[in-house]
Amino acid sequence: MVETLEQFLPHPLLAIIMHAALPMVIVFPYVLFAVWLERKVSAHMQDRLGPMRTGGWHGWSQTIADMIKMIQKEDIVPSRSDKFLFKFAPFLAFMGAYAAFAVIPFSSEYIGAHLDVGAFYILAVTSVVTLSILMAGWASNNKWSLLGAMRTSAQIVSYEVPTVVAVLSVIVATGTLNLMTISEMQTGTIFNWLIFSNPFLLIAFVLYFISSLAEVNRTPFDLPESESELVGGFQTEYSGMRWGMFMLTEYADMLLVSLLGSVLFFGAWNSPFGDFMSGPVWGVFWMVSKGMFFIFVMMWLRWTLPRLRVDQLMDVCWKYLIPIAFINLVLVALWEMLF
Amino acid sequence: MDLYAIFFYFFGLLTVASAFVVVFARNIVHSAFALMFTFFGVAALYVLLYADFIAVTQLLVYVGGILVLIIFGVMLTTKVFSVEVKTGTLNVLPATLFTAIIAGMLIFVFYVTDWNIIPDQEWDTTVYGIGALLVNDFILPMQVAGVLLLVAMIGAVMMAARERSKS
Repeated sequence: MVETLEQFLPHPLLAIIMHAALPMVIVFPYVLFAVWLERKVSAHMQDRLGPMRTGGWHGWSQTIADMIKMIQKEDIVPSRSDKFLFKFAPFLAFMGAYAAFAVIPFSSEYIGAHLDVGAFYILAVTSVVTLSILMAGWASNNKWSLLGAMRTSAQIVSYEVPTVVAVLSVIVATGTLNLMTISEMQTGTIFNWLIFSNPFLLIAFVLYFISSLAEVNRTPFDLPESESELVGGFQTEYSGMRWGMFMLTEYADMLLVSLLGSVLFFGAWNSPFGDFMSGPVWGVFWMVSKGMFFIFVMMWLRWTLPRLRVDQLMDVCWKYLIPIAFINLVLVALWEMLF
Repeated sequence: MDLYAIFFYFFGLLTVASAFVVVFARNIVHSAFALMFTFFGVAALYVLLYADFIAVTQLLVYVGGILVLIIFGVMLTTKVFSVEVKTGTLNVLPATLFTAIIAGMLIFVFYVTDWNIIPDQEWDTTVYGIGALLVNDFILPMQVAGVLLLVAMIGAVMMAARERSKS
C-alpha cells in the first residue's frame, strides 16, 4: 500500500503520512454516525424519537450541526488550572486512540503497519488514553475531575488483566500476534471463524467483551464520568471542541475494541459466506459492519443496564473475571493441544 | 538525510529534551508526564533498531504500568492528602560528582566499544526467536524473574492488608 502511494506522491514522507491518515477516512464519518446512532438508539429504547429536525430525514445531520457549533464555542480554560496540560490532554487522548488503528487490518489489502506484535501493540498503546484522562483530571484542578481520573486509572489498570488474558487465549490458539495472519487464518466460511473453532474461545470472547467495555469506560462501567455523582468526571471543566476531542476519543476507542474483537474472534474482513461477497473492498464492508454490530450491542447495554458501584466494579474484575479468564486460558491451551 | 536518519534524530531529540524536563521541572506531575515522552522516544529508538517486541514491551510496562502508577501515587499524595512533595535540590556536590562519574563511564564505554554496525536490511520477526529462547536457553532466569514478581506481589498485598486491619 505504501509502495503504491509512493509512485504517485513526490516524497516518500508524504506517502507515509497519507498511509497513516487513511483510517481517519473511516474513523471521522463513523464518529459522526455513531453519535447520531447512540442518540437514536437511546431514544427508541426509552420510547422517544430523539433528534428529528436537523437535515430532514430523522435528524441525520444533527451531529454535523453539533460539531460546527462546538468548533465555534469559546475555548474556556479555568484560571486555576494547569494550562498547558489542560490544553494538551484531549489531543493526547485522541493520539492514543488513533495510534492503535495502525495495526487493525481493515481489509486484506490495507493494514497501517504489518507488525508482528500487532495484538500486543494495541494493548500497549491504548494505555496512553488512561494517561490522558489522568492528565485532564489533574490539570482541571477540580475535585470531581480528579476523582473521575482516579477511578479511571484504577478501573483501566484492573480491567487490563482480563482483557490481556482473553486476547492471550486467542494468541495461544493461533500461535501469532500478527493481526493480519490471524485474519488470514479465518478465511473461508463462518465456521472457520475462531469463535467456532474452540468452545473455550467463546468464553474468552464474553470475557473480552465485558472487560473491553470497562476499558473504554462504557456503561455499566462508566464510573469515570458518572454524571449522577461526579458532574462530568474527568471532563467536568472541558467545553467546546476540547470536550469534543474526548467524545471523539471515546467513540474511536469503542470502534477500536469492536474491530479488535471482530479480528480476534469473528473472522476480521472475511465474508461469512466463503467466496461470496469477498475481496479487498468487501473486506472493508465486513470489517466495518462487524464493528458496527458490536457498537450497537454496546449502546444497547448502555441503555439497558444500570451503572455499577466502585466496589462492585472491582469485585467483578478481581473476583470473577480474572479467575475465570485464567482458568479459561488453561482450557483453551489444553483444547489446542488435544485437538 | 534519509527518512531513517530524520526519524532517529527526531526521536533522539524528543527523548533527551523530555528527559531534561523530567529533571528540571519544578512540578513533580509535570516531570511524570514528561517521563511519558522519554519512554515513547526510547520505544521509538527500539523500533528503529528493529526490536519491535522490546519496543512494545517498553510501552506496555513503562507507559501503561509504571507511569500510570507513579502519576496515580503522586496525585493521591499531593491533591487528595495535600502533602507537599519536595522538589528542591540537595546534596549538590555528591550528586554532581556521581553523575559526572557515570557520564564519564558511559562516554568511555561508548568510545572504547567496538560497535558492531549491521547493514540496513529487512529483519525477520523477533517474537518467535525471543519466545523460543525464553523457554529453552533462558528458562531459569525467566522462572526466577517470575518467582521474584510473585514474591513482590504477595508482599504488596500483605502490606496493604496489614494497613487495613489496623484502621
